[in-house]
Amino acid sequence: MADDVFQRIRDEIASNKVLIYMKGTPSFPMCGFSAATIDVFNELGVKYETVDVLADPEIREGIKRFSNWPTIPQVYIDGKFVGGCDIVREMYASGELEPLVRSAVAKD
Amino acid sequence: MTSAEIRTRIEGALPGASVEVNDYTGTGDHFEVRVVAPEFENLSLVERHQMVYAALGQAVDGRTIHALALKTLTPSQAGRTVE
Repeated sequence: MADDVFQRIRDEIASNKVLIYMKGTPSFPMCGFSAATIDVFNELGVKYETVDVLADPEIREGIKRFSNWPTIPQVYIDGKFVGGCDIVREMYASGELEPLVRSAVAKD
Repeated sequence: MTSAEIRTRIEGALPGASVEVNDYTGTGDHFEVRVVAPEFENLSLVERHQMVYAALGQAVDGRTIHALALKTLTPSQAGRTVE
């Protein structure tokens, strides 16, 4: 069971250079932290994919165990867990996020 | 959960930490937490947040605490940061 959901997650993050697990969708975020995270990536103007954890209870619980991270949203760039809303905003403000995202997207 | 409980738990896990907690809705479930700790030295932001989450345990799994905005700094970063 756990292995199945971890494999799904691994496949998703491997096939999307910028992947955001969130509550709701970019147009209709269901949580302020998810909305704030989407705002950052919209400002960067990069292509990203999202997974709505509210639509899939197995992913919602599985993603927390996968990353040892108890909260949503979770951002994965180039297959690697980068953090949640606070970390992404902090990295955006410090200028660290943009080069990370650009180099990941350039590999596509 | 109260702000004091959150501070006690984090200070218990990170004895060198200075912790500020703001219960910004006053309802005991939405918090802003700022932690300055020497234990964060040489750790990534993900690792720092994981330490704080571990200190809070089950409480941070969406049931007791609904929202937790977290800022984690080393003492030298805190000295440089004007907020």
